Amino acid sequence: MTTVPESTETPRRPATAAGGAEQRDICLEHVHKRYGDQTVIGDLSLDIEQGRFYALLGPSGCGKTTTLRMIGGFELPTSGTVLLAGQDVTQLPPHKREVNTVFQSYALFPHLSVEKNVAFGLERRKVDKHETKRRVAEMLETVQLTHLAKRRPGQLSGGQAQRVALARALVNKPRALLLDEPLGALDLRLRRQLQDQLKAIQREIGITFVHVTHDQEEAMSMADTIAVMNGGAIEQQGSAEDLYERPETSFVANFLGTSNLVDVTPESGTLDHEFSRGTTVDREPVRYLTHRAEGYAGPIRIGVRPEKVRLYATDQEPPAGDNVLHGKVVQSTFLGVTLQYLVRTSGGLELNVVEPNLVGNSAGTFGAGQDVQVAWDARQTFVVEGGTAGA
Amino acid sequence: MSLSRRRRMLPWWFALPGLLWLIVFFAIPILNQVSVSLMSGDPEKGYELTWTFSTYWDAIRDYHAQFTRSFGYAGAATLIDFVIAFPLAYFIAYKAGRFKGLWLLLVILPFFVSQVMRTASWQLILNDQGWLVARMQDVGVVSDDGRFLATGKAVIFGISYNFLPFMVLPIYATLDRIDRRLIEAASDLYCSRWTAFRKVTLPLAVPGIFAGSLLVFIPACGDYINSSILGSSNTTMIGNVIQSKFLNVLDYPTAAALSFILMGVILLGIAIYGRVLGTKNLTELAG
Repeated sequence: MTTVPESTETPRRPATAAGGAEQRDICLEHVHKRYGDQTVIGDLSLDIEQGRFYALLGPSGCGKTTTLRMIGGFELPTSGTVLLAGQDVTQLPPHKREVNTVFQSYALFPHLSVEKNVAFGLERRKVDKHETKRRVAEMLETVQLTHLAKRRPGQLSGGQAQRVALARALVNKPRALLLDEPLGALDLRLRRQLQDQLKAIQREIGITFVHVTHDQEEAMSMADTIAVMNGGAIEQQGSAEDLYERPETSFVANFLGTSNLVDVTPESGTLDHEFSRGTTVDREPVRYLTHRAEGYAGPIRIGVRPEKVRLYATDQEPPAGDNVLHGKVVQSTFLGVTLQYLVRTSGGLELNVVEPNLVGNSAGTFGAGQDVQVAWDARQTFVVEGGTAGA
Repeated sequence: MSLSRRRRMLPWWFALPGLLWLIVFFAIPILNQVSVSLMSGDPEKGYELTWTFSTYWDAIRDYHAQFTRSFGYAGAATLIDFVIAFPLAYFIAYKAGRFKGLWLLLVILPFFVSQVMRTASWQLILNDQGWLVARMQDVGVVSDDGRFLATGKAVIFGISYNFLPFMVLPIYATLDRIDRRLIEAASDLYCSRWTAFRKVTLPLAVPGIFAGSLLVFIPACGDYINSSILGSSNTTMIGNVIQSKFLNVLDYPTAAALSFILMGVILLGIAIYGRVLGTKNLTELAG
């Protein structure tokens, strides 16, 4: 895997016609999709800027593939509008849209050689023969399959077939490439390898990629923007960092990594210009950044990532300004790189703690049954929608 | 016997019943008939092996008209069946939805009745005083004073009718197996529905079309029931000749020679047909 260029520090964005201003490439406006009386997509709107690597992430059945298929033209929305480069394409069939798709099972034509598969789109558009030949050869070079040009799809491995599917779509120089779980059928090692390759190709050619996946690590490692979908709607979208550090819903907080979620009753009046205060079910005070709770009235739910939390013995003093909860270690697991603890508070809250393995012997660790203080920097506290039941 | 040796022998044990079957019911009868075809003599005194190759030349000289007619009828019936079966199979595979099973049942339902019975019923339906022939005269398929029964058309019709399911089923099976996403991929790559059909569906259906054509054409070439029930002495097919040589005239050498000529011509025809459709496609897509 050497012909793809080294990844540069900052992703290159192609200059747009507007002279650097971000341009909307794909746009869905109030899209609904119903099958009979079952709603698959309910009022979904999204904007994808040109040159972005955009991931639709969610569990199976969340509507992410349906969304992609509506962009590709394989499904018609029940209502709403699909725009490509500002043009309404809602009613256009797939062959009249300037996007190409890499299908989940690749859907390579079994009766055609690798070469012919890649040339298929160009031949349909009556591109000049020499030009077709040149572009196919170039594309096969990019995905490093030149030596397999004469093979039939049935003679390829999964990774090779995936690259043929990619080449077959990209050779048409689409405005945007749609990828439906393109790495879903591959083993883990190959997936990681192809993720890097896919990202590098996207940077090199600079077109918009819309990537559907249920693998959060895949989405985080590749995408500029991730939209987390659940139940036919986008829960939250943003960069991997946005979603991980500042999830806005319980679903996002637990779909991307894991979170400790605690229901909190806010106390009236702000503590200072920065923080607000509330109490947990254990009647312990916690603080959180005021602006993160904006727009929420009544009970809220706060969260913190397990690796942001530290444990202290009862006779130790946690850093001033930390949120501190008290509980008992229920389980302590040594995982080599990390130590993981499950702590239960008297009010029944269960908290996960992941500590780096810095000590090197069991003296500094906590065993089951030990009373501990669970502490974290109040700035690391995020606020999700007001909760009613436990996390 | 060592374990590895026994392992190596295992496939042969599995093949044994089939192999025995082939030897007893195919290889031996074929060799026997080859020797019969080279015999001379007459039904009274019996036949003995005299290596009389001239039987073959005489058979071709005397019956080339029936051969030509058989291939013509069988070819026409195959073509008609293809034209009817492809859209039908396409409909069942893609549009019949939950009624697929019912449609397939309807296709094979006529097989529950014996072929002779079915053909005899057509004889009744197609008889000269019948309603159907009158209507056909109205639209001009049959001339006003003419008849349909006892013509070549009636025989071709009968063959087409009797062998239609053999064309429908293999085409249905290949169409049904085509991954729907391939059609979507074609449409993604700038194919209209018609182009997608031409460039993807049709090439992928070739193995089914090939199988269906053989299943219709081969038995149709040797068929004698349709000609004897729906035809006349002017529509005699090679199957009728072989049947009468074997069972009525008891001229076994000529009957055997005719059978081998028929077999040879069909094998040659299949080889050419397969080459035209592309054997590479057939073997690779079948897998």
